[in-house]
Amino acid sequence: MDLTLDEAKARNAEVITEALSVYPDKTAKKRAKHLNVYEGDKPDCGVKSNIKSVPGVMTIRGCAYAGSKGVVWGPIKDMIHISHGPVGCGQYSWAARRNYYIGVTGVDTFVTMQFTSDFQEKDIVFGGDKKLDKIVDEIQALFPLNHGITIQSECPIGLIGDDIEAVAKKKSKEYDGKTIVPVRCEGFRGVSQSLGHHIANDAVRDWVFERPGDRPVSFESTAYDVAIIGDYNIGGDAWSSRILLEEMGLRVIAQWSGDGSLAELENTPKAKLNILHCYRSMNYISRYMEEKFGIPWVEYNFFGPSKVAESLRAIASHFDDHIKEGAERVIAKYQPLMDAVIAKYKPRLQGKKVMLYVGGLRPRHVIGAYEDLGMEVIGTGYEFGHNDDYQRTTHYVKDGTLIYDDVTGYEFEKFVDRLQPDLVGSGIKEKYVFQKMGVPFRQMHSWDYSGPYHGYDGFAIFARDMDMAINNPVWGLAKAPWNAEQ
Amino acid sequence: MTGLRQIAFYGKGGIGKSTTSQNTLAALAEMGQKILIVGCDPKADSTRLILHAKAQDTILSLAAAAGSVEDLELEDVMKMGYRDIRCVESGGPEPGVGCAGRGVITSINFLEEEGAYDGADYVSYDVLGDVVCGGFAMPIRENKAQEIYIVMSGEMMAMYAANNISKGILKYANSGGVRLGGLVCNERQTDKEYELAESLAKKLNSKLIHFVPRDNVVQHAELRRMTVLEYAPDSKQADEYRTLARKIHENVGQGTIPTPITMDELEDLLMEHGIMKAVDESIVGKTAAECAVA
Repeated sequence: MDLTLDEAKARNAEVITEALSVYPDKTAKKRAKHLNVYEGDKPDCGVKSNIKSVPGVMTIRGCAYAGSKGVVWGPIKDMIHISHGPVGCGQYSWAARRNYYIGVTGVDTFVTMQFTSDFQEKDIVFGGDKKLDKIVDEIQALFPLNHGITIQSECPIGLIGDDIEAVAKKKSKEYDGKTIVPVRCEGFRGVSQSLGHHIANDAVRDWVFERPGDRPVSFESTAYDVAIIGDYNIGGDAWSSRILLEEMGLRVIAQWSGDGSLAELENTPKAKLNILHCYRSMNYISRYMEEKFGIPWVEYNFFGPSKVAESLRAIASHFDDHIKEGAERVIAKYQPLMDAVIAKYKPRLQGKKVMLYVGGLRPRHVIGAYEDLGMEVIGTGYEFGHNDDYQRTTHYVKDGTLIYDDVTGYEFEKFVDRLQPDLVGSGIKEKYVFQKMGVPFRQMHSWDYSGPYHGYDGFAIFARDMDMAINNPVWGLAKAPWNAEQ
Repeated sequence: MTGLRQIAFYGKGGIGKSTTSQNTLAALAEMGQKILIVGCDPKADSTRLILHAKAQDTILSLAAAAGSVEDLELEDVMKMGYRDIRCVESGGPEPGVGCAGRGVITSINFLEEEGAYDGADYVSYDVLGDVVCGGFAMPIRENKAQEIYIVMSGEMMAMYAANNISKGILKYANSGGVRLGGLVCNERQTDKEYELAESLAKKLNSKLIHFVPRDNVVQHAELRRMTVLEYAPDSKQADEYRTLARKIHENVGQGTIPTPITMDELEDLLMEHGIMKAVDESIVGKTAAECAVA
């Protein structure tokens, strides 16, 4: 039976109190600030964020290296990204994000390969700069079609004080001004992967945009040039977004960074508008381009037909009637297709409740897509969001939504157990916990090896996948023997 | 058989740690003790007087050349010197690169795994002047050196360093079993040096185990890359080191948990002995010119 709003709010408040009750006082006091029941008229979600996780809990966060190598730089396909330090960081994150790209891997593109300096004890003791120098030579010999190199620092680089900037400059000179980017994204820096995004953005600024020396750029501008910022092309997301922008008459000159290239990064200052999907990970460079090159930026959301249409119009509003008409044409073209998807799936999903816990933009961005299918998001939270993310979240969540920042493994289980949603959307570490609880689950980082979910094409797949998870007959068969009477 | 004694010499840089330790260990060898010296300073000069060599090949440089420390054999790194004293040097990176502290840890682990300590009566660690990071504290951690001897003098900074080292010992005295064996005062002929050293030792809950007088014969021996015990065995100075060696030998189990003092207490100590005048707060931070005007 459905609860009234007041009942739901009271229940959510009670669940928070219950979850906190098992913690030691100090931990409970700290965690209480990250948990809240959203009050519909407030300008933010009422939680603290971007604060160090409490020791001893199971946090779901990553590190600065993950934010730089895994998120921002890793998908740049024609550059080679060295995981600089001991082998583990690169090995265990190898090809873990499904950043699709076009190219011949190992010849002109390298995203799914792993390059590591494989630090040994002697590299720690004597420093790793000589080894790094040699790796650059080896990369040049083995992969001569690479367009650039980034050095993604693992923790020991910062601890032993290696001078990777000096190596980068020296090798760049040796190879005719080649772009070699040292990134100080040591994992111990900051409280989550979020600082890694920022550091990576700054590295683009300092070593791509502001690198010394003139380089001839043959680029012919048009009035309709835009850059997609903050789309990592998970399962092809950026592609199903790009076609819509192109259909409405825009020219996409760069993808940051899914299926992106160094040349695209370099050309982006020529864009007329930067369109920003993942605000959290790439707002920094967008703001920089606005200040330095006067390029405006606009946030958009390509999950679900309502938000796609809204976003296409918002993007078009920065251009002339030709583009505005193009946006309307695109929306009109796809609307019947979307109506058909909704007609098929909404009856099967109507009223289903969802709890989310994801990363950069998805804890808010996907809510519209669920709502297009008649579903309701009753709880959401960010791994590494900041206060501005929680402010933006208020445009999406309903009064009474349970909000959990940097949720702990324990809290998340507790909340799901008490709220009994029909679907949980989170990551691989959470998946099997909830499936064993008998709760349908979709991975919302990797799209559970499906996708794309962006754009109109993506929504059809999204709807199918959610239906597949929730209405799978397996849930009716999986009754625990001790619950047999149910 | 009292079992393996593990001792370490610490002290301010340039105070004469290596000289004092090598002479003392040579005297212990003379007493029939089997000695292993582990040099833990990237400069790798802890064994030159015993080996008559400028610098021996270090564990870390050999490991780097061979690929990794696992590729080394004990024979590669261990040299025999005066009276069969066994010598190894940890070595480390050039100044300004890498992590010398990690090098010390790597080397000591290697020596233990390879059984370098088997058959020795004494292992002596000769460590860099300042315990700048965890790596250089390795020899005072659990199951390493049981007694630390701090080499110092009557100079303010040497005493300051001795006090700091005591803080490091205190930290590991509680988690491990390390003790402060005593202070060794290497005479610099500063004012009231003996009394100061005695008082400091007392304040640190320790003792001045020996006051080594200054003697030019040490310098003469050093120039020949020899210990005094070998160069001039009949000299008075050789007897001083024999005395120190005997005192250390008899000091087994007598180490204490140090009670480091504050900077203010240290200054009070100097004032007590009339070395330092009470600070006139009005002149602090004033240049000579400003004082002249005032």
